[in-house]
Formats: sequence, C-alpha cells, structure tokens
Amino acid sequence: MTWWHRLWRRRQMEEQLEKELRFHLDQHTADLVAHGHDPEEARRQARLALGGPEQVREKCRDARGTRWLEDLLQDFRYAARQLRSNPGFTAVTALTLALGIGASTTIFSAVNPILFEPLPYPHAGRLMMIWDIFKDSRSDVTFHSYRELVERNRSFDAMAVFEAWQPTMTGPAEPERLDGQSVSASYFHVLGVSPTIGRDFEATDGRFHGPKVAILSDALWRRRFGGDSTIVGRQVTLDDDSYTVIGVMPRAFENVPGPSAGIWSPMQYDTGNIREQNTGEWGHHLRMVGRLRPGVSRDQAKRELDTIAHTPVPEFPRVPWASLKHGLIVNSLQDDVTRGVKPALLAILGAVMLVLLIACVNVTNLLLARGAQRRGEFAMRAALGAGRMRMIRQLLTESLLLATLGGALAMVVAEFGVDALVALSPPELPRVAAMRVDATAFAFALGITTLIGLVVGFIPALHASHGDLLTGIEHSSRRTAGGHQLTRRTLVVAEVALALVLLVSAGLLLRSLERLFAVAPGFDASRVLTMQVQTSGHRFDESIGEVENSARRRFFVQALEAVRQVPGVAAAAFTSLLPLSGEQYGEYGTQFEDKRGYNVFRYVVTPDYFKVMGIPLRRGRLLDAHDVAGAPPAVLISESLAKSKFPAQDPIGQRVHVGSIDRPWYIIVGVVGDVKQASLAVSQPDAVYITTNQSWFVDEAKSLVVSARGDAAALAPAIRKAIWSVDKDQPIVRVATMEAMLAASAAERRFALILFEAFALAALVLAATGIYGVLSGSVAERTREIGVRAALGASRGNILALVLRQGMTLTGLGVAIGLAGAAAAGQAIAAMLFGVSRLDPVTYLGVIALLLGVSAIACWVPAWRAARVDPAITLRAE
Amino acid sequence: MMPAKSDLPQGTLDLLILKVVALGPVHGYAIAQRLQQVSRDVVQVPQGSLYPALHRLENRGLLGADWKETETGRDAKFYRLTRKGRAQLETEAASWQRLTEAVGLILRMSEGGAE
Repeated sequence: MTWWHRLWRRRQMEEQLEKELRFHLDQHTADLVAHGHDPEEARRQARLALGGPEQVREKCRDARGTRWLEDLLQDFRYAARQLRSNPGFTAVTALTLALGIGASTTIFSAVNPILFEPLPYPHAGRLMMIWDIFKDSRSDVTFHSYRELVERNRSFDAMAVFEAWQPTMTGPAEPERLDGQSVSASYFHVLGVSPTIGRDFEATDGRFHGPKVAILSDALWRRRFGGDSTIVGRQVTLDDDSYTVIGVMPRAFENVPGPSAGIWSPMQYDTGNIREQNTGEWGHHLRMVGRLRPGVSRDQAKRELDTIAHTPVPEFPRVPWASLKHGLIVNSLQDDVTRGVKPALLAILGAVMLVLLIACVNVTNLLLARGAQRRGEFAMRAALGAGRMRMIRQLLTESLLLATLGGALAMVVAEFGVDALVALSPPELPRVAAMRVDATAFAFALGITTLIGLVVGFIPALHASHGDLLTGIEHSSRRTAGGHQLTRRTLVVAEVALALVLLVSAGLLLRSLERLFAVAPGFDASRVLTMQVQTSGHRFDESIGEVENSARRRFFVQALEAVRQVPGVAAAAFTSLLPLSGEQYGEYGTQFEDKRGYNVFRYVVTPDYFKVMGIPLRRGRLLDAHDVAGAPPAVLISESLAKSKFPAQDPIGQRVHVGSIDRPWYIIVGVVGDVKQASLAVSQPDAVYITTNQSWFVDEAKSLVVSARGDAAALAPAIRKAIWSVDKDQPIVRVATMEAMLAASAAERRFALILFEAFALAALVLAATGIYGVLSGSVAERTREIGVRAALGASRGNILALVLRQGMTLTGLGVAIGLAGAAAAGQAIAAMLFGVSRLDPVTYLGVIALLLGVSAIACWVPAWRAARVDPAITLRAE
Repeated sequence: MMPAKSDLPQGTLDLLILKVVALGPVHGYAIAQRLQQVSRDVVQVPQGSLYPALHRLENRGLLGADWKETETGRDAKFYRLTRKGRAQLETEAASWQRLTEAVGLILRMSEGGAE
C-alpha cells in the first residue's frame, strides 16, 4: 500500500483499527473471565492494561506515516470553510488571481510556441536558414549557388530551397488561386516529415522538364478533394498544366517556412546552364534551409560555408551578383521565423507579468487586511496551543486554496483569451495554428498558481503568526494602527509604480498608433475598393516583343472595360503595384541622363489611377489616353524623387531609363505627390509611373482600384462577375477596401496596443482597488484616533484632508518609483514606437494625471467615511 | 499481584514482536499473551505500545496483515512476517546477541575486578 492509498482508505483503516482494539479488549476480558474474574471487573482490567483508547489510536495513526497528509486535509477543510464563510472576499481575490493568471497563461500559450518551444520537427534545433548577403543584409539565394553549396559542404545532412508558388487550379469549380511552394525535391526530407498518403518527392522529380507532380496539404486535400483516399495518381489542372498528385502531408504537419502553403511541387531548374548568365537559375529568389549533421554547430557550419564562398572552384563558375564574396548567413530556422516579432512578444510577455504581479500584490493586501480582522482568532488558536509553524501552514493552505480557485477560473479565462488572441493576431505572427492552452501552458499555469499561493500567503502568514498572544488579544480593541499597515502601504506603492509602468507603455503605443495614422498615405482611401486580378494559363504565353497584342494585355483592357460598366463604379484603373498591400517586388533600377541610378517603385497604371486614388498632381500633366505604344514614352515621377534629383531645375522634359537602358528614354511629363508603399512607418517615396501601353511587359497580376459612388465594399460581387464575364478562369484575390488595407498595414502595432491597453486598464483598476482597500482598512483601524481628533476640534475638512493626504502620499511615492521603471520599459518597447520619444512628456503627464485622478477617487470614499466619524460614538465604544 | 517486571530497553519491542510473529500468523492479543508467557511474565508488554509498534512495522513493510477468523469464529487481524521482516529479524537478533554477550562480558569482568 502506498501512502496515498492508505490516505484514501483512511476511513476503512480507522474502522479496522477500532475493530482490532475491540477484539483485543474482548479477548482479554474473556481470558480474565475464564480465570474467574467478574465480567465487569474483567473488562475494567482489560481496559486498564491497554491504556487510554484515544491515545493508542492516536499513536497508531502516527505510526501509519500519513499524519502530515491528514493534517493537510484538515487544513484544507478548515481553509475551505474559511473561504466559504467569506464569499465576498473569496470572490474578489479569486477573480483577481483568475485575471492575472488567466492573462499570463493566455500570453504564455501564444508566445511559447513561437519563442520557446522547438519547431514541430524532429531535431528542430538542427534546421538552419541560409542566406546570401547583398548590401550588408540578407538576400535570397540563386539556384546555382544552392547547387554548389549542396555539392561542396560537409556540415549539412541535407539542404533544400523553396519559393512561393501560387498556381491557379481550374476545373469544374470556380478558379482558385492556391498558396503553395515550389521546392527542391529534398524539402520535406530536410524538415524530417514525410507524406502520410503516397510518397515524398524524389531526386528525379526535380529534373529539368521532368513530369509534373504535386503533394497536397491535409487541409487542401480535405477541402477540395473531400479527403478521398484514392487521391494518389489523380490529375489536377494547375495553370493549364496537368499535375499528378503523388502524396498528402500529415494533418499535424506545420509548414513553418510557408504557413499558408497548401500544395507543393518540385522545382525543375536546369542544372546544365550554369555558364549562361541571363537565366532564372542565377536569380536571387530562393530561400534555403538545411539540416545540420548531428554534432555540427551553427558556427562550424557558417565557417565552412564561408570558406566555400571564398574559394570558388572551376566546376562551379559564378556570376558577379552571386559571387558569395561576402560569405553567407546561417540562422536557426526558429530565430529566422521569429526575428520580426520577438521584441514585441517579449514586451507583451513582460507586460502581462506586470499585471500578474499587481494582481498578486493586490491579493496579498487583501489577505493582510483579512489577517488583521482575524487577529482575535489567531490569538485564540495560539492560546489553545497551535504552534507558529502550524499556523503558518494553515494560512499558506488558505492562500494556496485561493490560488487554486483562481487558477481554475484562469484556465477558463485562458481558453477564451487564446481564441481572442488568435482572432486578433496580425498576419506577421508565425505559428498561430500552434497557439492553444496545451499541456505546457497548463503546467505554466499550475506552476505560477502554486508559486502565487505560497508567495501571496507568506507575508500575511508571517504577520499573523508574528507577535505574542497578548498583543493579539489586545488588538481586538484596535488601540494601535499596527505594523502590518506599513507592509500594506509598501505594497500599494509597489502597485501604483507597476501600474504606472504599464500605463506609460500603453500610452506610448497609443500615441505611436495615432502618429502613424496621422501620417498622410499620399492617397485618398475613402470609397476605394481594390482587388488583385491575376492571369494564369497557357493562353497568356507570349514571347518578348509581342506586348502590344498580347492576350494578357487584351484581357486586362477588356476586364477594365467590363468593370467600368458596373453600376455604382465612378472610375476604375489597374496598377502593377498597390500601396500598403504588402507587395514587396516593385522596385526597379532607373537611370537619369547623368548615369546615376536610383532604385524606385515602378507603377504601371492605366490613366484613371490618379483620379481613383486621389494622388495629387504637383506639376506638368498626368498620364492620359494619348500615352500609347507609338507615342513618345511618358513618365511621372514622385515629388521626393523630383526634389532629390532636380533640386534646382524643372524636371519636366528630363529623360530617364526605367529598367533596361537598352530601351528608349522615358520623358518626364509630370510630378505627382508621394505615396506610402511599404508601410505608413517607412518613408521610401521615390517612384515612377508609366502607362500599361508604354510598358515593355505586362505584369501577370494587377491590382484593380475602383472608386465607388456609394459603399465600396458592396460592389465587390458585381465587379468580380464583370471580370469573369471576360474570362471565367482568372482568379481574383485580396478583395478589400483601401481603408481596410490602411488599417491592416498597422495590424502588428494595433495588436500590441490592444494588449497593452487591456493590461494597463487592469493594472489601473487593481491599483485603485488596492489604494481603496488600504485606506478603508486604515480608516477603520483609526476610527478612535479620528474620533479623538474630531473631539479635539478637527473639522470634517481637516479629517478629509488627513485621509486624502495619506492616500495621495502613497500614490505620489508609487508614481515617483514607477517613473524610473517606465523609462526602462520605454527602452524595451522602443522598437514598437513610431514618431514619439520614449520619454514623451505628453504621455507621461497624461498618465500621471490619470493615476492621480483615479487614486483620488479611490481615496475619497474612505476619507468621506472618516470625516463622518461621530466622536461621541467612537469614544463611548472604548 | 503482578510479578516483578523489567522495562523493555529501547527498540527491543520491535525485535520481540518480529520473533513472535516469525512463528506463524498471529493476532495482536496473542502476541501480547505469548510474550508474557514465554518470558515467564518477566517481560510485561505495555499493551498501549504494542499496537502502534505493530502498525509501524506494518507500515515499514516488515509485517503483513490479513483479516481472518479465529477458532472462536471472530474476525481478527493476523500479522505475518514478510521477507523483508525476516531479514530484519535475522540482523537484529544477531546484533542483539552480540550486544548482550558484550554487555555480559563487561559485567562479569567488572564484578571480578571489584573483588
């Protein structure tokens, strides 16, 4: 029998002990009777011989070795009774803890899979991302560089490259643009995951012009193919080509390098053209991931790759732009996917820990206050012989029980919290699918719950068990203010300080977001609907030079015409690049007549683009219907480019090459306002605009912008129908109003802000209740003193001021200490700030005013109560 | 009315119990009786200590216990020696032997020396 077994069978053990002792007595009595004793006398003697039955039983219980547990059970029962008898106190403390523990468990659940947990692959720590270096920052690798590294390195078990691939699936259903990846055949092998149905890619799948095959994600397989188990061997049509499905990935597979990918196909680059320069194989558009050999460290691998980079060999000739002369970057895959969000997540984690801390401080204070009320009870128990350790244990049991209650509620909070968090999460956040209250999160909650139970109980327990009997009993007459008031005040000061830190951080983030939205995007987003229209399929195959009559151009022209006919459409235009859409590729080299080159955004637009987007003309003229193929090539430049390039002269009439310098010059005909392209926070306004008719190629995908007469969003179905009336197989994605795009561009900041605001609000409420609680307690304990003061002639105003002063002194102290903390916290969130200083005086002053105001309200009630103390009553009560 | 009795030295009660139980499964009252009889009433087992001792030995795994019927048809808790208890009995008995012999030697020597 184990001890807990014995414990569970306690009742049975008790019965058996009883029975055993009774048997002994009966037997002894019977023996004595047999020897001629009178039965009454026999029983008496037998009892005498055995000793006091209760003592024997007690000793037997001790001998069982479960004594401590039985005591614990008793403590728990007593604690439970205590909590039940004070439902108000229990509810407030349990809810406060539930808030603190729940919030921190929620954040932990979200942050843990991103920052702390290994990625969901075998030996995930050995997965590395490998980058080329261009202009001191990381850059995608070329296919031939990848090939060279694969052949020459000894540090990696396997390497793979991948790139985004968005094929359009056509067939009986609506055309659908899929998110997928084009990968080297080794991709899944590197990650260490294989398909559950069918087979993985093999080296032969990756050969040039090899058969077209694809592997599906579990989600896509279920959604599009109803989870059909005979899927392997089925043909699907992607971009007008027929692909054979060869496998389906496991349901649990998480594709961290490309979370949205639902379909994979092997890339089939030509390995034989390494000596030709102008090929896709020499383009920097691949991401590279490798699995280190066991025992090889990241640094060793980096050193080896750098050595390879610096010692070219004749079998692997290189081109100037992929010379690898700056070496390579080797990062763990985990660091790579989290690098953008890590500072924000750590700041949020820190913030929630502050909330938890404040909640704990508050509960400690409540326990202290209750300890003061229960002083008489403790004194009584001490008088009856309870040891100090025993009392501390009893009180710790109570606080643990409270914490457990709070912890249980917290799991409910966390369960909802994580759902809310996932719904709120910005697109930049990796591993959203892995966010849930799992075993780790549960262990975290359990751990902090226990810790909190012990910590919040410890100070009150020490206080309560502290001091001798006399003062305890004496205390019930409330003659003195008590040393625990000092502890409680200290805790309130701490609470105010912590709240200030959170409020300032939230304030700075709020101001940042305000500043961000105050930034003029350079266009008018109201009543503009946008969507990306794509072209896919062999019907658009073309060779260079057929631009004018290409099927793709015809499609876009007809589509635009169809959209214009839709009722409610005021104007419509296509652009190759849409501001704030997250499109990254749009930068082109330009060269002016002085041979100086600039990287600028290149917008290929139809003339109405400026009208729809409300981009203002600064000088010259806009593009118009006359800027067609045969006419002199016309270009508009952005204001900033005009200023930096032509500070003293008129840019109109100047010439510029956009893209290749082999084509004719474009002539600058006008200057338009600057537009935010990448994000509101990034100033990168150099841009050129040319018409579709005068571009040297037609982009495969264009964004349609439509200005609506009424509600822009409501037009979407009609516009889609109009485009599909031209060609039903062309996918339309990313349908959104321009206003939504604008809001989404700040999603990450907004996410952080919402959390910080929530935490700061919680902190403010907790701090206010803390101040209120301490002052109320203080007023209650000082009733007599206040009564005396009143009797001696203090006016109500005097007493009001007395209590208010006491409360505001605590707040003031807390604010002073909190300022230092806030300055430090500002450092931690510096990366998330925009347009405000870490020490923004407006934020600081606003927060201080808010805190003082709220604490004044919290002080007012107890102060008012104190002022109404009737001296006659208090003095008589003594 | 009671014969002169010796107090049991610390720790010997456990040893005696183990020895008695080693003779076969037996209930608490019988253990007390047997100790008293075998020692010719020299050893008066304090019955108040017997049961805590039995429970302690059971708890340490030296004794096992089963509820069985006695010859008079009543349910009683019968203790028996476990394998671990037998080993413990052997070591304790041996060390007791050594100790008493040594004590005896010393006592005899001091008697001789004194006269």
